[in-house]
Amino acid sequence: MTALDFTFLNWNIVSNFILKGLIFSVQLTIVAMIGGIAIGTLLALMRLSGKKWLVMPAAFYVNTLRSIPLVMVILWFFLLIPLLIGRPLGAEVSAIVTFTVFEAAYYSEIMRAGIQSVPKGQVYAGYAVGMTYKQCMQLVVLPQAFRNMLPVLLTQTIILFQDTSLVYAIGAYDLLKGFEVAGKNFNRPVETYLTAAVVYFIICFSLSMIVRRLQKKIAIIR
Amino acid sequence: MGSKWDWQVFLQDTGGGRTYLEWLMSAWGWTLSVALMSLVVALVVGSLVGILRTTPNKWFVGFGNAWTELFRNIPLLVQIFLWYHVIPSIFLSLRALPSIILVVFALGFFTSARISEQVKAGIQALPKGQRYAGLAMGLTLPQTYRYVLLPMAFRIVIPPLTSESMNIVKNSSVAFAVSIAELTMFAMQAQEETSRGIEIYLAVTLLYFVSAFAINRLALFIENRVQVPGMIGGGK
Repeated sequence: MTALDFTFLNWNIVSNFILKGLIFSVQLTIVAMIGGIAIGTLLALMRLSGKKWLVMPAAFYVNTLRSIPLVMVILWFFLLIPLLIGRPLGAEVSAIVTFTVFEAAYYSEIMRAGIQSVPKGQVYAGYAVGMTYKQCMQLVVLPQAFRNMLPVLLTQTIILFQDTSLVYAIGAYDLLKGFEVAGKNFNRPVETYLTAAVVYFIICFSLSMIVRRLQKKIAIIR
Repeated sequence: MGSKWDWQVFLQDTGGGRTYLEWLMSAWGWTLSVALMSLVVALVVGSLVGILRTTPNKWFVGFGNAWTELFRNIPLLVQIFLWYHVIPSIFLSLRALPSIILVVFALGFFTSARISEQVKAGIQALPKGQRYAGLAMGLTLPQTYRYVLLPMAFRIVIPPLTSESMNIVKNSSVAFAVSIAELTMFAMQAQEETSRGIEIYLAVTLLYFVSAFAINRLALFIENRVQVPGMIGGGK
C-alpha cells in the first residue's frame, strides 16, 4: 500500500480550490431549498385544491420528476435550456435551475403531507370568522403545516446538499469538484477523495444532529 | 428547436459494428444488473444491520447505528469514488476486481443504511409482547427473530422497501461517473456522438420509467402474496 500523505492540503490549496466549490454547493443548496419549497408549496396547494385542471398538471409534474434519476434531469436541463433560450447557459446556472425545479417535486410531497396534517376544524374555523381561502391558507394552515414539517423539510435539504455533488455530470464546480481538481493537480486523488468524504460526513452528520434535536422540540410543542 | 425528430438515429452504426439501439439495450441490461445486484447486497446487509439495531446488546446497537450514520451522511457519488479510487489503492488485492463489483458494493452499502432504518422501524412496530412471548416459550434470541419477529416485520416493511428498490434503479445512474456502460453513460456518450440529444434522452428516460414501474408491479405482487389475513393493509 502506498503511504497516504495529507501534508499538501494546506490553507492555500483549500482557499484556492475547495472553498470556491463549497461556496457554490452551499449556494446551490440554499437557492434550491427556498425556490423548491416555494414552488413545492404551490404544487401542494394545487394538488389539494380539488379542481381537476389544477390537480392533474401538478400531479403530472411531481410524479414525472420523481420517477426520473436526478442525473438524467440535470442532463435534460443542460441540453434543453440552451435550445429554449437560444444561447448556452453555464453549468452552474443550469444546475441552480435544475435543482430548484427538481426539488420542488420532493418538497411538494412533504408540504402536501404537512397541509393534510392540519386538522380540518382549523380551516372551518378560518372560514367561520370570515377569512378568504387565501387568508385562511396564509394565516392558519400553512404556518402550522410548516412547523409540523420543518424537520422533514430540513432532512430533505440535507439530502439535497448531498445530491449537489451530482452536478459532476455537467462539470459544474462544486465542493466535490474542488477536491477532485486539487487531487489531480497534486497527483494525490486518494487523499482528496478521502478528505471529501470526511468533509461531507461532518457537514451532513452535524446538520442531521441539529434536525434531530429540533424534532424533539417540535414534538413537545405539539 | 429547429430540426424535426430523427428516430432513425437508433439504427445508425456506432462505428463499433452495432447500432445505437443495440447499445441502448445493452446499457439497459447494465443498469438492471447494477440495480439488482446492489439490491441483493442492500437487502442482506440492510436487514442484518437493522436487526442488530434492535437486539438487547448495546455493542451491536452501537455498531448498527454507526454503520447507518456513516453510509447515510456521505453522498453516493463520493462513496462510489471511495470504492473505485481509494479502497483498491489501500487494499491492493482488490485491484483485480471489475469496476462493476465495486459500484455494486458502493450502491448496495449506501442503500443498506436506508433499508436498515426501515427494518428497524418494522421490528419496533411489533408489540413488545411478541418478543417476550417468544423468549418466555424458551426460544433463543435468534429463534425468536427467525420465527416470531421477522416474519411479521418483513411484511410490514415491504411498502418502504418497494420505494427503496425503485430508488436503487434511479441511483444506479450515478455509476456513469466511473464509466460503467449503463443508461446514463449511454445517454451522455450517444448524445455527444450523434447530437440527437432529445431522442436519445427520451429513450433513456422511458427505459428508467419502465424499469421502475416493473419493480413497482413486482413488489405489489409479492406484497399481495405474503399478506397475512386480517393484518396490516387488510388481507381478506
